[in-house]
Amino acid sequence: MRYGLKVALRHLTSNPSQTGLLVFGVAVAVFIFIFMSALIGGLADLMVNRTLGGQAHITVKAADRPLPLLATDPGIEVLLARQTSVRDDTGIQNATPLLPVIDGLPGVTVSSAQITGGAVLIRGERLRQVSVTGLSPDRVTAIIPFDQYLQAGRSSLTGDRVMIGATLAEELHLSVGAPITLRTDQGNLAALRVSGIYATGVGGLDSAAAFLDIKTARSLFNIPNAVSRIELKLTDLYEAEAVARRIVATTGLDAEPWTQTAQQLYEGLKAQSDTGLILKLFALITIVIGVASSLMLTTYRRRPEIGIMRAMGASQGFILFVFVSQGAIIGLIGGVFGAAMGLAILTPLTPKGDVAAGQLPIDVAQGSIGLAILLTMLGATLASILPARFAARIDPVEAIGQ
Amino acid sequence: MTLSAKAPLLELRNLTKTYGTGETAMQVLKGVNLTLPKGEMIALVGASGSGKSTLLNIIGTLLRPTSGAFTMLGQDLFTASDATLTEFRNRHIGFVFQFHNLLPDFTALENVVFPTAVRDGFERTSARRRGRDLLDLVGLGDRVDFRTTELSGGQKQRVAVARALMNKPELILADEPTGNLDTKSAQQVMDLIKAVNKSENATFLISTHDERIAGQCSSRVEIGDGHISW
Ligand SMILES: Nc1ncnc2c1ncn2[C@@H]1O[C@H](COP(=O)(O)OP(=O)(O)OP(=O)(O)O)[C@@H](O)[C@H]1O
Ligand SMILES: [Mg+2]
Repeated sequence: MRYGLKVALRHLTSNPSQTGLLVFGVAVAVFIFIFMSALIGGLADLMVNRTLGGQAHITVKAADRPLPLLATDPGIEVLLARQTSVRDDTGIQNATPLLPVIDGLPGVTVSSAQITGGAVLIRGERLRQVSVTGLSPDRVTAIIPFDQYLQAGRSSLTGDRVMIGATLAEELHLSVGAPITLRTDQGNLAALRVSGIYATGVGGLDSAAAFLDIKTARSLFNIPNAVSRIELKLTDLYEAEAVARRIVATTGLDAEPWTQTAQQLYEGLKAQSDTGLILKLFALITIVIGVASSLMLTTYRRRPEIGIMRAMGASQGFILFVFVSQGAIIGLIGGVFGAAMGLAILTPLTPKGDVAAGQLPIDVAQGSIGLAILLTMLGATLASILPARFAARIDPVEAIGQ
Repeated sequence: MTLSAKAPLLELRNLTKTYGTGETAMQVLKGVNLTLPKGEMIALVGASGSGKSTLLNIIGTLLRPTSGAFTMLGQDLFTASDATLTEFRNRHIGFVFQFHNLLPDFTALENVVFPTAVRDGFERTSARRRGRDLLDLVGLGDRVDFRTTELSGGQKQRVAVARALMNKPELILADEPTGNLDTKSAQQVMDLIKAVNKSENATFLISTHDERIAGQCSSRVEIGDGHISW
């Protein structure tokens, strides 16, 4: 069909202003498509990083066993019962062999086994209730990127070191190196020293949390072997539910993806991505309508020529091919041109590091450029089918109009 | 002329054509009988509206007759499918129209080569060579790469004659080929057709209401009141 392509190209090049305008229109729609993809993607990343930055993508806990039946004897009536969980407080037993298994699951970037418990920080007269998390010293920043949030000191947790939030430090008049006493709910006491002060911007973390070495936490909370939970980060955030299901299936433990723990965020992101999808769909519809109407005009204008070609022995299929090719060529060139426009305009607009105030969180890497070109070509080709069929069915006698 | 050259190229038996249906129906051809021998140059004359174009379009397989028998080169074209007719037209029939003859975005050579290229799927070198030879033959060897919009009316008709010859068709239909030209250009085109009719042994059926054109043909068919007379 080389010859059909030649005729199609000749039609396009012989009318440069019409073709140029059409290609430009398609390119603008493609640019909008890419812009929307880059913006929605970047915005989602920003929201996720802002809200989910310090959170696990999946939290693995001991499985919750079914509640025991309280009244088994028909003669006995239960008057009052209130138990919502029979989860083992002692956490995940024999976690040591499980950790490499979870680490090895596809999609998991890092895991962090943790011991958690409640305690009171004591500094002279002042007391503060805190939730304590024991972290493995080599994975301190695995889940919460403390390095980014550190105001003073270092994110190191070996031995008697403890990290606390800036609000708490201020209330207790603590600075790096200061000694402090911690008393757990079980009544165990430990003398600790502040190694780092962080400010995450999340209220609870900054005012009522303390992080220490998991070994210290073990003895403080009387948990010699188990871990309270395992937190995970994933390569792809949106795979959380699937990975969580896989963890439940392989380990028998409970795995909660962030989509459950941070459901509002998840729904917000989904609504945002749906909006983006609708806008992208509109961009594609614009392409389809633009190409279809322009080609309709072209076929009408070229009626006599189509009649001549048919009289010379061109088949209906040939005419169809000529006009569908024109749609495909316009789609391809407009797509590539729009993609180039997207790269040229959006690359300098993509923030290098943090998104500053007043800046759009565009991420050109999420522009779905390949998809944009593909869909545009597909859309333009489909759009040309109707005019092409019209062209193929033109009656040569009427068209030549002798 | 040899006997085989006189064997019929085309036969129409009791052919009718009615435009429209019901009250607006109009029978333009009312039972045409026509046998065309090979190699001739036949004038089809008749008043305006007598059905010359209708008959030429039917013979050119661009228009379906309403009833009758229609065979060409031994093939029944009355019942043939559209695809068959397209193929048949490409191989066996050439056209020269009065208006809208050439593709405006293509050069003279590209226009001449079209009937072969559309069949082959691309422009073969051999086809281009033949196209150039034909343009030489019609006296436009120096206009090969001109866009058709850069040619005069007479030159356009000569390109159309060259294109009609491209696939060496048995029959060339010319519907008022000079109707749009001044006397001098018209005569040039007629001279060309006469020369080509001899040199290429191509059969021409030329519709005209110009007696000076009809007089230069080897035979003459008259159409009137839906019938044909020799
Ligand atoms: N598509 C059509 N629908 C209805 N009537 C038609 C159609 N085409 C032609 N006719 C009618 O058929 C008759 C013959 O037309 P045709 O064009 O064949 O005549 P013609 O001999 O070529 O005339 P001219 O010398 O003016 O070109 C005319 O009366 C015309 O009005
Ligand atoms: Mg006519």
